[in-house]
Amino acid sequence: MAPPHRAPSGIGARVRRNEDARLLTGRALFVDDVRLDGLLHVAFLRSQHAHARLTSVDATAARARPGVVAVYTAADLGDYWRPGPLLVPPPPIAGLVFNPCTQVPLAKDKLRHVGEPIAMVVAESRYLAEDALDDIVVEADPLPAVVDLEAALAPGAPRVHDQLPSNLAAHVIQRKGDWARAKARAHAVIKRRFRYDRGASAAIENRAVAAQWDPRAEELTVWDTTQAPIPIRNGLAQLLGLLESQVRVVAPFVGGGFGPKIMMFYPEEVLVPWAAMQLGRSVKWTEDRQENFFATTQERGQIHDAELAVTEDGKILGVKDVFLHDTGAYDPYGLTVPINSQCTLLGQYDIPNYESEFTAVFTNKTIVTPVRGAGRQHGVFVIERLLDFAARQLGIDRAEIRRKNLLRPDQFPFNNEILFQDSAPLTYDSGAYEPALDEALKVIDYRRFVQEEQPRLRAAGRHVGIGVVCYVEGTGIGPYEGARVTVEPSGRVRLATGVGTQGQGHFTVFAQIVAEVLGVDVTDVHVITGDTREFHWGTGTFASRGAVVAGSACHAAAVAVREKVLELASRELGAAAADLVLEGGRVHVRGDPKGGIALGALALKANPLRGAVRPGSEPGLEATAYFGPDRGSTASGVHAMLVEVDPETAQVEIKRYVVVHDCGRVINPMIVEGQIQGGVAHGIGNAFYEQLMYDDEGQLLNASFMDYLLPTATDVPNVEVTHRETPSPLNPVGTKGVGEAGAIPTGALFAQAVEDALAEPGLEICEIPLSPNRLFELMRATHPPSPHRGAGDGG
Amino acid sequence: MTLVVTVNGVRHERAVEPRLLLSDFLRHELGLTGTHVGCEHGVCGACTVLLDGEAVRSCLVFAVQVEGRQVDTVEGLADGSRGDLHPLQAAFREAHGLQCGFCTPGILMTLVPFLRDHPDPDEHEIREALSGNLCRCTGYQNIVAAVRLACGAPPPRA
Repeated sequence: MAPPHRAPSGIGARVRRNEDARLLTGRALFVDDVRLDGLLHVAFLRSQHAHARLTSVDATAARARPGVVAVYTAADLGDYWRPGPLLVPPPPIAGLVFNPCTQVPLAKDKLRHVGEPIAMVVAESRYLAEDALDDIVVEADPLPAVVDLEAALAPGAPRVHDQLPSNLAAHVIQRKGDWARAKARAHAVIKRRFRYDRGASAAIENRAVAAQWDPRAEELTVWDTTQAPIPIRNGLAQLLGLLESQVRVVAPFVGGGFGPKIMMFYPEEVLVPWAAMQLGRSVKWTEDRQENFFATTQERGQIHDAELAVTEDGKILGVKDVFLHDTGAYDPYGLTVPINSQCTLLGQYDIPNYESEFTAVFTNKTIVTPVRGAGRQHGVFVIERLLDFAARQLGIDRAEIRRKNLLRPDQFPFNNEILFQDSAPLTYDSGAYEPALDEALKVIDYRRFVQEEQPRLRAAGRHVGIGVVCYVEGTGIGPYEGARVTVEPSGRVRLATGVGTQGQGHFTVFAQIVAEVLGVDVTDVHVITGDTREFHWGTGTFASRGAVVAGSACHAAAVAVREKVLELASRELGAAAADLVLEGGRVHVRGDPKGGIALGALALKANPLRGAVRPGSEPGLEATAYFGPDRGSTASGVHAMLVEVDPETAQVEIKRYVVVHDCGRVINPMIVEGQIQGGVAHGIGNAFYEQLMYDDEGQLLNASFMDYLLPTATDVPNVEVTHRETPSPLNPVGTKGVGEAGAIPTGALFAQAVEDALAEPGLEICEIPLSPNRLFELMRATHPPSPHRGAGDGG
Repeated sequence: MTLVVTVNGVRHERAVEPRLLLSDFLRHELGLTGTHVGCEHGVCGACTVLLDGEAVRSCLVFAVQVEGRQVDTVEGLADGSRGDLHPLQAAFREAHGLQCGFCTPGILMTLVPFLRDHPDPDEHEIREALSGNLCRCTGYQNIVAAVRLACGAPPPRA
């Protein structure tokens, strides 16, 4: 294809977003905004126990309450009661053990986590539905809860799933090379235990589902905050015995996804449409914030025992990592999260020998599925911290030990010889790692800080530190997405695609791709996403794949329309297609920009009321295309940070935060920067503010925004972003994903920089999240206070 | 009981239950769904509206408490149906001060009285003013930039 004309609002342009006017004026439709005649409202009665035998549920009184239309328990669901589907089958790894236990719509005989739904009340108002929850009598015999990962696997531990011999959900070993030989040859072996704990995704919009059954059209419409409207449509059709074409699922504007909205067939998602059909009335459920803390999936509990074998000059010989992964009460999302941890540990480094073994563990806690980063954080934390400790032990600079081990440009594509979450080999498509490290060091002025500023400030009693970490993000995986591009007679272009949108700017970046190919302005491309009536092939928004996979499908559809435009314009203008230019919404012969024909006029001619459409051609200027990459594209970056720690309060002030990021070809730098800034804020939350605190009985102790701290505007620094563009060879745009990147290395960076600032001999930060309290405890543990030690003595 | 209230300059008279939250009244009785609900315990700020010109969390106010008073919501900031934007809205669009947009109406309604009282705030003051509103998408940086832009500062570049 000839290189398309570069429209001013096309790929690479910093253009403002098409969707913003609707969002800013309050006109954008979110699921809870849906208004339907005769709408009924739902509240769920949820388990108070983390683990219990459910002996009886009596809803008699609730059913008798005025305003209550129906109450459903597991027994009332009949054949509709069945466990949810396994969403992601495990990759074909030799020796892999996987025990699928998926969530149930309403608990039947056992309660497996606090917040698991027991009964569903449908009433004339939400207020009445919640009133009726108090009328339901539940009898349950509490069982000891499975909370701690190691205790969960101990002989005789209580079992979350009675049909399994233990709480083992999965066991996976992946290897490359020969770890034992690497270890035997090593000058030093660095061995540590690392812990990462749970946080909440905390999208500001909670989940919601509304459903309407139209008995005349025999059509079910479901509005859902899902990141995957098309698989939800297909699954609901199957569950409800309808044709897929009888179910329309709309994911309108969604108020933040961050992963848990890609979890599919949540109990509420399965029950609300069913109830609408049962009752012949529209039904809506909107999660409240407390429910969100219990019932929306979570992530990040892992314990790693890791070893790094290095030469005397800091070259990596090999890594061994054995870890436990908390999958919560059920494992519907398969092994995506721990396999991401396993794969992402390899990072930007040439690690010739690797042995990684994990055990996924059932616990009596909320289900674990991907949350922004999806396991990648843990892998980055482990390798980056091991490199920090190796550097310290060997007397090598932290930046230099990284540089020494980076993959070189001539090693791409680089096969890591293990399988990624999408079952494809973990092969990096492209990358330029050393220049990005150099750039980050330059921007933050690493040398000067380490050699001049830090010694000077330390001498003055200040606790200042610097951190620098590298990471990769596997993005843009298959299977595929599609798009349909249509030029309307008005000259405006309609673009429909299956992926939904949760704030990533799809209405703009997809439009930019199409605008560039067709030579129209980005504001003339009208994007429709997340409505199965408009487009019904595709999977969803996950793994930072929207721009890569759906964006490439948009590109392919636009190129096909461009061919149709050129063919028709060639006939109309009597010129060879090669001599035609698409620009400003018109086609003209090169050198004659005043002549030519408007795209809208061509669209009319392509859909004639009389005459004949030429044999072998189709009416209209429209094309549908699909894009399915064989494997994902690997984005990368370097984060660096300056911090100052107050040793009296253990408060951390972030002085500077620098990101050098490479997501291949940038479609809209403004949007990429926004994604990174938001990711970093999420990462800072995970690192220092946010932790879901479960007690020994599996009770979540901080299930509100008063007790669970999201970072606010006074906690998050400005992030200085530099773009580097190493194109991906795997798609026509050359782009890679960016949605999760900002959140991935932040914990590792935080630990390194804070540790550097404190410079306490023996103080090693091997866990995330921290908090001022936890940091204070770690400082006390390594350096108990003495009565004569005051502030400012350097510590 | 009967409630009489002026919302975005329009007088409404409705029968309401005493326990009905103002947020639910605005969203579900009046159909003004631009006001969003994120936590219903007064922390996230998404439901912020103006009550007699001052920012309040509509999830912490009963509808009956606004009897005879004036409420303004995001829908009243500008006539969006004609494509008009309030200068603050325009600045948010220009500076990419929103992503999913769910928290945005509450942030706008927090900032309108803040900027009325502090027409030329510095970054620290802006961040303090924003600190009662949670945003999970943006990292706040471009929200701050948008406020500065609305106050006449040069357009931001990262």
